[in-house]
Formats: sequence, structure tokens, C-alpha cells
Amino acid sequence: MKINHNLAVSESGFLFNPGTGESFTVNPIGAEIIAMLRNGKSRTEIIDSITQLYQVDRNSFEKDLQDFNGILKTYNLLEKDE
Amino acid sequence: MSRPIYTIAVTGLNAIDSPGPGVAVIRGLREAASFDVRIIGLAYESLEPGIYMHDLVDITYLIPYPTAGADALLERLLYINSHEKLDIIIPNFDAELYSFMKLEAKLRDSGIHMFLPTFQQFEERHKVNLSTFGKKYGIDVPEGIAVSDSSEIHKHADKLDFPMMIKGKWYDAYVAYNIEQARTYFNKIAAKWGLPVILQKFVHGTEYNVTGLGDGEGNVIAAVPMRKQFITDKGKAWAGISIDDKKLLELTTRFVSATKWRGGFELEMMKSGDGKYFLMEINPRIPAWVYLAVGVGQNIPEALALLALGQKPEPYKTFDVGKLFIRYSWDMIVDRSEFENFSVKGEL
Repeated sequence: MKINHNLAVSESGFLFNPGTGESFTVNPIGAEIIAMLRNGKSRTEIIDSITQLYQVDRNSFEKDLQDFNGILKTYNLLEKDE
Repeated sequence: MSRPIYTIAVTGLNAIDSPGPGVAVIRGLREAASFDVRIIGLAYESLEPGIYMHDLVDITYLIPYPTAGADALLERLLYINSHEKLDIIIPNFDAELYSFMKLEAKLRDSGIHMFLPTFQQFEERHKVNLSTFGKKYGIDVPEGIAVSDSSEIHKHADKLDFPMMIKGKWYDAYVAYNIEQARTYFNKIAAKWGLPVILQKFVHGTEYNVTGLGDGEGNVIAAVPMRKQFITDKGKAWAGISIDDKKLLELTTRFVSATKWRGGFELEMMKSGDGKYFLMEINPRIPAWVYLAVGVGQNIPEALALLALGQKPEPYKTFDVGKLFIRYSWDMIVDRSEFENFSVKGEL
């Protein structure tokens, strides 16, 4: 998972794609994940970090992350090769 | 150093739900860095809101409709010029452009400058000729056919398929989902705007527009792409955001350099689901949302005025991305005497 490098991300979870003009909002966990993706964290590192910080079992979060990845892909928010 | 003061006449003061570009153009001119202006409004109707915006327009004159012919327009413009000493006219309606283009040389003799497309450019980009235009310049255009009889719709229905766009030669466009709707829209448009009516293949996607300015020698002086964020029932952008889309800017450069476009323009594009751009329309004038371009750093009305005067403005290279325009309506309270003055004397 590599986030589109052009994407403007604010701390409030507001995302703006300057290439298409589309904007989105994500919840605090979504914003945290996107921040980690922007910092180059791998999928495993994100799973480790979130499951340590919050009360969520690894399997559930892996599934949620997969769903989130699908949404990011649908809206062209990931780099093209993803 | 004092700046020159130019007297600039502007049409399109109908700041209504489907607005003319005049008021936005005037705002750009008033914010010009290189000159000051005296604005002369040119209006066709006594209820065009711009007439009564005295902080923007110094004086407005009624002018005859294009159907009255170029001679009637020339006579009126020369009368206005005798009182106001015009330096520049910026016409902003598709339907009036032809008359102004015809008068360009005559008006120049009277010291009035314009910066308009050539007759060839104007005709070539016409909705009726857009398919041929696309093929000639290698730009994707949805297949379109101009028809003059509603019975012809049936003949082209298989090829274009439904839904199908039904468009007037000047304004108006409807999406028809079956042959009955297509016939109804054909008759509606033909009655209002005349023939032919254009049938165009429907492209699913997101609407993007570019406003820009060509110097007539193939150079882009300004170009700002925008994504429509909110669209009215008439298909007009009521809000939009400036975007940084290299593909759109490349397409604009290709359009300007291939046609050597002279003047302001608006490219209406549709981006399909697979990321392909289709050129839906070329408007041969500045669009009503041009103030977004001014707001993000490209004062198109100012640069156009300079080109009209024979100067060579520096091409704009950058603009702010992610800035929105959000249109609003505003009720002005106008004394009856002002309305009366304009209605009776044709001047205010």
C-alpha cells in the first residue's frame, strides 16, 4: 500500500486529490493509517502499531485494513502500481 | 508611476442562474495589476443585473440583439463610442460573437480594439463541426451528428445508442433516454435555437472545464482547469475547484498550438471511468466562472485586454490548486427610476 504522493492530507482527516479535485473525509483511525502510509510504513508495521495501540484483535484489523485498502484503490488514492 | 486608464465595454451582464460572464470579467478587469478601468456595460435587456451594479459598471447602454444585424450594432456602438471613447470591447456571448467578429476591422478604425477568434476558428469548433474538429486535431470527441429533422433521430439511434445527448447549436442540452424523449427535446431545442440540432453520444463521467487564453500565434497565455463541484439543473457549475491535472493542461496546449487560438476560451471535458478525456464543447469566449482563474493567480480578462491593445503579456505559468469558487445569488434593491431610465433611454 503506497498512498498517492500528490494527495493533500490534513490532520482533521480531510483528503484532497489535486489532480482530480476530489475530496474525502476519513475517521481518526483512517487518518492515522494514512499518516503511517505517507511515512512509508509497511502493511505489517501498520497492523502492529494499531493492534498495540487499540483493543482490536489482529485478524479483525487485518480484514478491516484490507477493506480500507480496497476503498483507497477504488477512489484512486493509491499509487498506480498498487 | 500612474497606471493607464482604459475604457472597456463588456457584454454578458446577465448575472442570472445561467450567468453571462460579464460581471466576472469586469471583476477581473477591476483587479488588473497593469491598468485602471472605466467599465461600460452593454446590455440587451433592462433586467440584466449588471446594469445596476454601480460599484462595478460605470455606465450601461442598451444594444440591439444580434438578430437586428451587424449594421444596427455598429451604429449603436459608434454612438456609444462618440460619448465614451472606448478602447476595448470584450463580447461575452456565443450568439453575438459573429457580429462582433464581422465588425472587428471597422471598430478598429474607430480606435476600438477586440481580441476575438478568427472566422475559421469560430466555425471549426462549432458544436455542429466538433466531430470533424476532433479528428483533425487528434482530440477525442464523442461521436456527434447534426440533424435538421426529428425523423432522422431514429436513423442514428442504433449508432449513438441511448442515453443520447440532444444539443442546441447555441445553448441547451438534454439527456434523452429513449426515442420519444429525443424527439421531444429535438422539438423544444429547434423551436428555441433553430436548426440543426446535434445528437451526441453520451459519455458517462465527471465534468472538467478549462478556461484559457491563446495569443493567436499558438501560445497559451493562461490556462486553469476546474472540476465542477456543484451543477445546477441547467448544467452550470455553481461551485468548482481548481485542479492540477497535467493531462488537461497538455490537451489545452495541444488545442491552442494546433488551432493558433486567438482569444479567451473554455474547453468542456468529460473524464470517463477509465480516465480518458472527451472534448464535449469549445466555447469561443471567457466563461462565467473566470473569476476562479483570477482568484488563483491568472487574470485572463486583464491579459486579454492587453492582447487586444497589441501588447504581449507574459504567459501565466502557475496557479493555486485546490481553491474553490462558490457562486451565490444576491437581491439588489433598485429604485424604479433607474429601471425606468434604462428602459426608456437605453442608458444608465
